[in-house]
Amino acid sequence: MSPNKKFTQRRGFLKTSLAVGAGVGGALVSNSVTAQSNTFLEIDPWTKTQGSTFVNPPYGLPSKYEKNVVRLLPNPPPLFLTGSRTPIQNLHGIITPNGLHFERHHAGVPDVNPEQHRLVIHGLVDRPMIFTMDDILRFPSESRIYFMECSGNSAAELKKAANNTAQQIHGLISCCEWTGVRVSTILQECGIKPEATWVLAEGADGAAMTRSIPMSKMLDDAILAYAQNGEMLRAEQGYPLRLFLPTYEGNMSIKWLRRLKLGVEPWQTREETSAYTDLREDGKALQFTFTMEVKSVITQPSGMMKLKAKGFYEISGIAWSGNGKIRRVEVSTDSGKTWGEAMLQDPVMDKSLVRFRFPWIWDGAPAVLMSRAVDASGEVQPTMEKLIAVKTANTFYHNNAIQPWQVAANGEVTNGR
Amino acid sequence: MDVKNYYRCVMLFILTGLLACSNNVQVSGKVGLGTAINENQIRKWDIDVGPSGTGLPPGSGTVLIGEVVYQQQCANCHGDKGQGGLANRLVGGGGFNTQNPVKTVGSFWPYATTIFDYNKRAMPHHSPQSLSDDQVYAVTAYILFMNKIIDKDAVMNAKTLPLVRMPNRDGFVPVIR
Repeated sequence: MSPNKKFTQRRGFLKTSLAVGAGVGGALVSNSVTAQSNTFLEIDPWTKTQGSTFVNPPYGLPSKYEKNVVRLLPNPPPLFLTGSRTPIQNLHGIITPNGLHFERHHAGVPDVNPEQHRLVIHGLVDRPMIFTMDDILRFPSESRIYFMECSGNSAAELKKAANNTAQQIHGLISCCEWTGVRVSTILQECGIKPEATWVLAEGADGAAMTRSIPMSKMLDDAILAYAQNGEMLRAEQGYPLRLFLPTYEGNMSIKWLRRLKLGVEPWQTREETSAYTDLREDGKALQFTFTMEVKSVITQPSGMMKLKAKGFYEISGIAWSGNGKIRRVEVSTDSGKTWGEAMLQDPVMDKSLVRFRFPWIWDGAPAVLMSRAVDASGEVQPTMEKLIAVKTANTFYHNNAIQPWQVAANGEVTNGR
Repeated sequence: MDVKNYYRCVMLFILTGLLACSNNVQVSGKVGLGTAINENQIRKWDIDVGPSGTGLPPGSGTVLIGEVVYQQQCANCHGDKGQGGLANRLVGGGGFNTQNPVKTVGSFWPYATTIFDYNKRAMPHHSPQSLSDDQVYAVTAYILFMNKIIDKDAVMNAKTLPLVRMPNRDGFVPVIR
C-alpha cells in the first residue's frame, strides 16, 4: 500500500493554510508565498478606497494578475499554424473557459455572419432542406458537458520527451457545456432514406473541412451546437454553428458547419486518409479510429513547476474516456511501484472531464508522479512502453499513455517521459 | 415547467411523426422549420467527390496544362517538382513500415478522387475554390504524373480519374467500432 494511502481518508488538510494564488499565471506551487511568522498585518491600500466601477469592461476579463494564463502556439510557431493549446495546469475543476478552449483550424478562423450563414441537409433524404440560424435556434435543444480532445494531442511524446509543460504536451483537451439541437431532431425535417449509412459534414471555412461520419453516431448523441458555456460559440469554435460529436476525435466536430450530405459510404476525404489515420508497425494505417480512449494527466504539480518546500501538496488532474464513465483514477508518487486511489469530484459524468485529487506529503526526496485512469469498459490507461508495443511510435494519433512527472530533490518538476 | 412537461408541450405542436420522449431522447417528429431547397440551388456548395467518382463534374485536364497551373499556383509552397518546401511534399516517399515513413500524395493517398476533391475545396492555399474544374482536373493529372502514376499524355476527367489506382490503395484498415 502506498504511504500516501492514509491521507486519502480525510480532507482535514483543507484547513491547512495554503497561501496560494498570490503570484500568478504560472502554477500555484511554483509561485506560492509563505507568510513569515513575524508578520504584523497592515491595512491594505485596496481596503482603504472605493474600487472600480461596474461593467468595466462590459464583457468581464480575468484578473490582470492572471495574464499569463493563455493559450499557446508551438514554439517556434510553424508557417502554417495548426493549433493552440489549453493551459490545463492553470485550470481548476472540469470546465474550460471559452477563451482558453484549444484551437485546431485547417484554414484559419473565418468571419461568418450569422444572418447569412446557412445549413443545407441533402443527399439521401426525402426533402433537401436549408436552415437559417433563426430556424436552428427555434428547434428543441439540449445542453451537455462534453470533453473534446484532438487526436494529435500528446503526439510528439510518442518518439521522445518533446515538451516541458502539461499545456505543451497535453493541451489539446478541453471541456465545455455545449448547447444545440440534436442532429437526429433536425434530420427528421428532411426524412432519412433507409439506405443512408454515412454523413458528410462540411465547414464553411477556407478548407471547406470535411469528414465522413457514421449515421449511427449522428442519430446517437451528435448535436448541432451554437452555444458554449452559456454564450454563443466563439468564432474559433465554429461560430455560429458547429457539429459536436461527443467522445470522437476533435477534428470530426466540423466547425462553421454549412452542409450535411447523407450517403452510403465514406467519402475518403483528405482528412480521413492522408491525415487522422494511425500508422501501424506493418506500414498499414488504421482508418476511422474515431473514439478517444481512456486517459488522465496530473496537472498540479506538473512540468516546469517548482515545489518550494517539503510538506503538503494536493496532486490534482483530469481524466476522461470515450468508452464509458471514468471508474477510478490511481496515483503513484514512486514511479508506478505503488498506487493509491484518487478522489473523484462529483458529478462523474460520461463523456466529460473528471477532476481527481490526491493528497501528498512531499518528503523532499526525488519522486515520480503518475496517474492512471480506468473507465467503465474496463480499459486501463497504458504506460508509454505498453502503448508503443501495441501500436508504434509512428502511429502519431491517439496517444493516451501515462504521463510521468519527475520531481527533483530541489523541487523542480520535469517531463519524466 | 419540468422537462417532461416541456416535451409534452412541444408534442402538442407536432403534426406528424412518432414521439419518443424521455430525459435522454429528443423530441421526435417534424416541427416544420426550415425551407425546402433543390439540388440545383446548392450546386456551388455541392462539391464533394466520392471514391467511386460520384460528384465529379464535367470537364477535363491534361498533364501539360496541369504543369502550367501547378507552376503558377502550387510550386511556391510545394516545390517546383512537388518535393515540398513551405508546405507538404507531394511526390515520392514511402517506407511506412520503417522508422521514418514519408507520407506524400503519391506514396500514401489511397484514392485519386481525393486529390481532385481536396484541390477543388481547399487549394490553392492563398485562394481556395478559385480554380475552374478543368484546372483542378489538370493539376490533379500533373500531380499523378509527377508521381509516375499516369503517363504524360493521360487526360483526367470524370471517367478516367476514378480508374486511377493509387500505389497505397490497400494500405488502410478501416476500424468501425
